[in-house]
Amino acid sequence: MRPEDRKYTKSHEWIKIDGDTALIGITDFAVNELCSGNEGDLVYCDLPEPDRELEISETFGEIESVKSVSDLDSPLAGTVVEVNALIEEHLEILCTDPWDKGWLIRIKYTSKDLDELMDAAEYEEMVSQEQH
Amino acid sequence: MNQTTLHDTHVALEAKMVDFAGWRMPVQYDSLLDEVRTVRSKVGLFDLCHMGRLSIKGADAVPMLDRLTTNYCAKIPVGAIRYGLFCREDGGAIDDLLVYREEDGIYLVVNASNCAEDLAWIRSHTDGFDVEVTDHTSEQAMLALQGQDSQSVLQKLTKDCDLSSLKYYRFTFGTVCGLPNVRISRTGYTGEDGFEIYFPDAEAPRVWNELLAAGEEFGIRPIGLGARDTLRLEAGMSLYGHEIDTDHNPVEANLHFGISFAEEKGDWIGRSALEAIKAQPKQAIMGMTTDGKRVPRQGYRLFVGEEEVGYVVSGSVSPTLDTNIASVYVRVGFDADGTEVEMDIRGKRQSCRLQNLPFYSRTRK
Repeated sequence: MRPEDRKYTKSHEWIKIDGDTALIGITDFAVNELCSGNEGDLVYCDLPEPDRELEISETFGEIESVKSVSDLDSPLAGTVVEVNALIEEHLEILCTDPWDKGWLIRIKYTSKDLDELMDAAEYEEMVSQEQH
Repeated sequence: MNQTTLHDTHVALEAKMVDFAGWRMPVQYDSLLDEVRTVRSKVGLFDLCHMGRLSIKGADAVPMLDRLTTNYCAKIPVGAIRYGLFCREDGGAIDDLLVYREEDGIYLVVNASNCAEDLAWIRSHTDGFDVEVTDHTSEQAMLALQGQDSQSVLQKLTKDCDLSSLKYYRFTFGTVCGLPNVRISRTGYTGEDGFEIYFPDAEAPRVWNELLAAGEEFGIRPIGLGARDTLRLEAGMSLYGHEIDTDHNPVEANLHFGISFAEEKGDWIGRSALEAIKAQPKQAIMGMTTDGKRVPRQGYRLFVGEEEVGYVVSGSVSPTLDTNIASVYVRVGFDADGTEVEMDIRGKRQSCRLQNLPFYSRTRK
């Protein structure tokens, strides 16, 4: 079971509310789709500069593996207050710990409409159908 | 969705399966980059049962094909293989293929994605020719062994045939894993030495497993389509849908070795268009490397300053060259070896350098 202390998007980001900020990352499923469990197959991650304003669903970065590129989309509107600087040089963190050390950005959100998002059980259900 | 007879074998090996050209195929079993390294340094085994296999028999098989293909079929010695293409009248490529010249006809290996169109194309041009066209794709398995130890592995399972005497781009028939009359060709799509073998489809799982067992002492691994794509790109080989398609002709793709303008071949479909393109090409295919982290992808545009000069058709991380590589088309005039260009990656520029293909060539023994 994936962590229950956060919400999930259809595009495989996770959002963990922490007071008036939120951490955003991508799920183990997203990482595995990119690199099939081979951390060496991840080649690049582009994250925004701090202070960047984001709207809901706005693309804030890209992650790339040997075989494909995926957009990173913000599930919340707000301002980027912190970026995980380790990730761009240590993509393997996304394989080993996507839930804690592998967070991507922290945003100070201006809207917190999380109702559209999935909880862990709903995300689990969606992923199990995608794996067919 | 079609499945090869090896589908369950791949799933048991925990391959990542993807849809490719109407087939459910293994894209990788392990790290894609490690799979490339295995083929470059040892030996790898590929399931190619999705590839189209056609035979054309009858008195007019060779003359009919000389109307349809770019290469000169009548000149191919029996037992030899040549690369060629089917083109439209305008020179656009319908498919590329290997032509095996037999005593009594021709055997063709075509792309899975184009097999149905190829068959229809051939059958629409048989009027007046004494030929019989047969699709063997579903009744025959096709496997490839690629890498420097291919011969050692395959010879362990092959009777009545000395593989060391089989030259590059030649084929023969032998007994493999107890199966008589297995077609064995010294061909491949990786830039390494290797073989492709063809035998009754139902035997595929057994032969696959026997090859893996025979290759164990050499470090053999099963290799997916992902690594196959990187291997062929490193070796400068074209892939239909990338370097060639109906909008990309074989002349500008630099496939001259597969095109014959010899008088004796007579007229063939696409000949006059390709002759005109050869006299005045608009673009040229080149290799491209980049020191940046971003991987070139099909469709990325290339610039010199603000002038758009070309575009990427294939790209990959290259573990052999330890850099990112691509094949690209650039306008004639920008196609010099060493030309510096910028690649637009979704709005960002990354500097790149053009070079002649191939990136990788195996040292001849």
